[in-house]
Amino acid sequence: MRALCWTGVNELTVERVPDPRILNRHDIIVEVTLSSTCGSDLHLLGGYIPAMSAGDIIGHEFLGTVVETGPDVRRHRVGDRVVVCSIIGCGRCWYCEQGLWSLCDNSNTTPGVPDLVYGSNPAGIFGYSHAMGGYAGSHAEYVRVPFADQGAFSVPEGLSDEAAVFASDAVPTGWMGADLAGVRPGDVVAVWGCGGVGQMAARAAMLLGAERVIAIDRLPERLEMTRRHIGAETIDYSTQDVLGELIERTGGRGPDVCIEAVGMEAHGEGVQYHYDRAKQQVRLASDRISALREAIHACRKGGTVSVLGVFGGLADKFPIGAVMNKGLTLRTGQQHGQRYIPDLLERMDRGEIRTAHLLTHLLPLDEGPRGYAMFKDKTDGCVRAVLRPGG
Amino acid sequence: MEKSAKLVLAAFGAAGVAVLLSGRSRDRGTDGRRPRWQVVTVNRPVEEVAPAGRPPEPLAALGDAVRTRVRPAPGGRGTELAARPGDGTRGRARLARTMGRHPEQTVATALREAKQLLEVGEVTTVEGQPAGRRTATGTLLRSAAHRSRGRLPR
Ligand SMILES: NC(=O)c1ccc[n+]([C@@H]2O[C@H](COP(=O)([O-])OP(=O)(O)OC[C@H]3O[C@@H](n4cnc5c(N)ncnc54)[C@H](O)[C@@H]3O)[C@@H](O)[C@H]2O)c1
Ligand SMILES: [Zn+2]
Ligand SMILES: [Zn+2]
Repeated sequence: MRALCWTGVNELTVERVPDPRILNRHDIIVEVTLSSTCGSDLHLLGGYIPAMSAGDIIGHEFLGTVVETGPDVRRHRVGDRVVVCSIIGCGRCWYCEQGLWSLCDNSNTTPGVPDLVYGSNPAGIFGYSHAMGGYAGSHAEYVRVPFADQGAFSVPEGLSDEAAVFASDAVPTGWMGADLAGVRPGDVVAVWGCGGVGQMAARAAMLLGAERVIAIDRLPERLEMTRRHIGAETIDYSTQDVLGELIERTGGRGPDVCIEAVGMEAHGEGVQYHYDRAKQQVRLASDRISALREAIHACRKGGTVSVLGVFGGLADKFPIGAVMNKGLTLRTGQQHGQRYIPDLLERMDRGEIRTAHLLTHLLPLDEGPRGYAMFKDKTDGCVRAVLRPGG
Repeated sequence: MEKSAKLVLAAFGAAGVAVLLSGRSRDRGTDGRRPRWQVVTVNRPVEEVAPAGRPPEPLAALGDAVRTRVRPAPGGRGTELAARPGDGTRGRARLARTMGRHPEQTVATALREAKQLLEVGEVTTVEGQPAGRRTATGTLLRSAAHRSRGRLPR
């Protein structure tokens, strides 16, 4: 089959590789219909999440058709149209039983790496480096899906492929950000980042009853999209003072919940940004946290900061003083999709969560490198470039 | 600290963490002499983890090369399954034969596999999956990561 492989920092190549096989009894093989780019891939591409190896197939947000099932698979049959959670969970360990699927004890086949760097090992993730299991990703004609009874979900008939594919990653991640933060009716919620994840977090906050949702970015097309399709108000951080706006719009209190959906390559204005970037480039710090700092600073006393953006190692100038003295709660994690996806598919089917607008560029697999270039540089209004391996 | 472990930490820009981890060896108990117990918590009852007191596979297969111990985990979290290299002379000789230079790593791998067999019925793997052309980029790190199913030698 053909697959999009990482071959070096900022280098992707479409290669011919062997077809995947069933390797564990709970596996299925899925013929990939659509496979999306995600902000997390950018961190891998740029070399910020190390433990990538030339030849690794990337991609983790996908939908397709079951073409083969392992002997212990019960819930799926050949021919089913399924969307698959980007994070792999066994369903049997204590963490999975608690609904903490991205902390699964059994799905990471390379636990030694995170054990050493983080002190313990989180779940395996499709196409996400040899720290997260080294699983082959979904930017390919076929992909092997481990623990398929837990991670693959049949798609309601009325929901199009183009809308449903985001139930894999962007929708449950955004939902988790609002859910873990305990968003309640009457809350004011601010969201940093208007990518797929930030938009879905903003929508989730509204559905959970937030009275006002304010989303922050600098890309005009994303800000416009967030107003029109999500219904949130926006702040353009390149022309407006974020902290000033937020304090004014929240009666001097600050948002009850601040959701960070930007991650370790945060862009920013001024000295702070250049300082972070310089440190990252010489590897004195691995993560840039300007959006996270701002979220912590903006948050009201006793509020919650929910971190969806991916961070990999160590950050500098983390405002622990603000966290402590304002009594903030931090919630974070890779997404626990298995816990949310069935309900979210129903909400999407009912039209409560709209996603199709996120797909701005539909491309054949061969154009994967171009899709990533657009997505990375945010050119041509690209929000998510989605690959169609079938052509 | 072993080379592969240093490589991983450096790659994560977390070389500073190495300072925290080095110093006293973590493979020795507090008395500094006997090998420390390594422990996993298995989300199954004690009777299932060690029926009639017999340790689960693949630990059982290591025989007297390892010592094992089970006890219920607090809060209904199943069973704490512990193992460490045995200290009898026969055990030590066998350990050297079957486990080579890093017995702690072999014990860790056996523990992890035992947990997986008990919880999900098999050991999860990526061996045999597709990949593009492998070149030198990242290969060292990848092979270290997969060699150490339980942990990286420290
Ligand atoms: N926790 C999870 O399980 C999970 C899942 C998916 C994605 N993610 C992470 O979520 C983050 C966002 O993902 P995405 O796919 O939406 O990415 P994206 O690249 O499409 O969007 C990121 C957005 O953040 C904006 N931004 C950059 N700096 C900013 C700043 N200082 N203030 C406000 N906005 C800023 C960018 O302009 C961009 O629109 C990434 O870090 C990704 O890795 C996490
Ligand atoms: Zn993602
Ligand atoms: Zn699990």
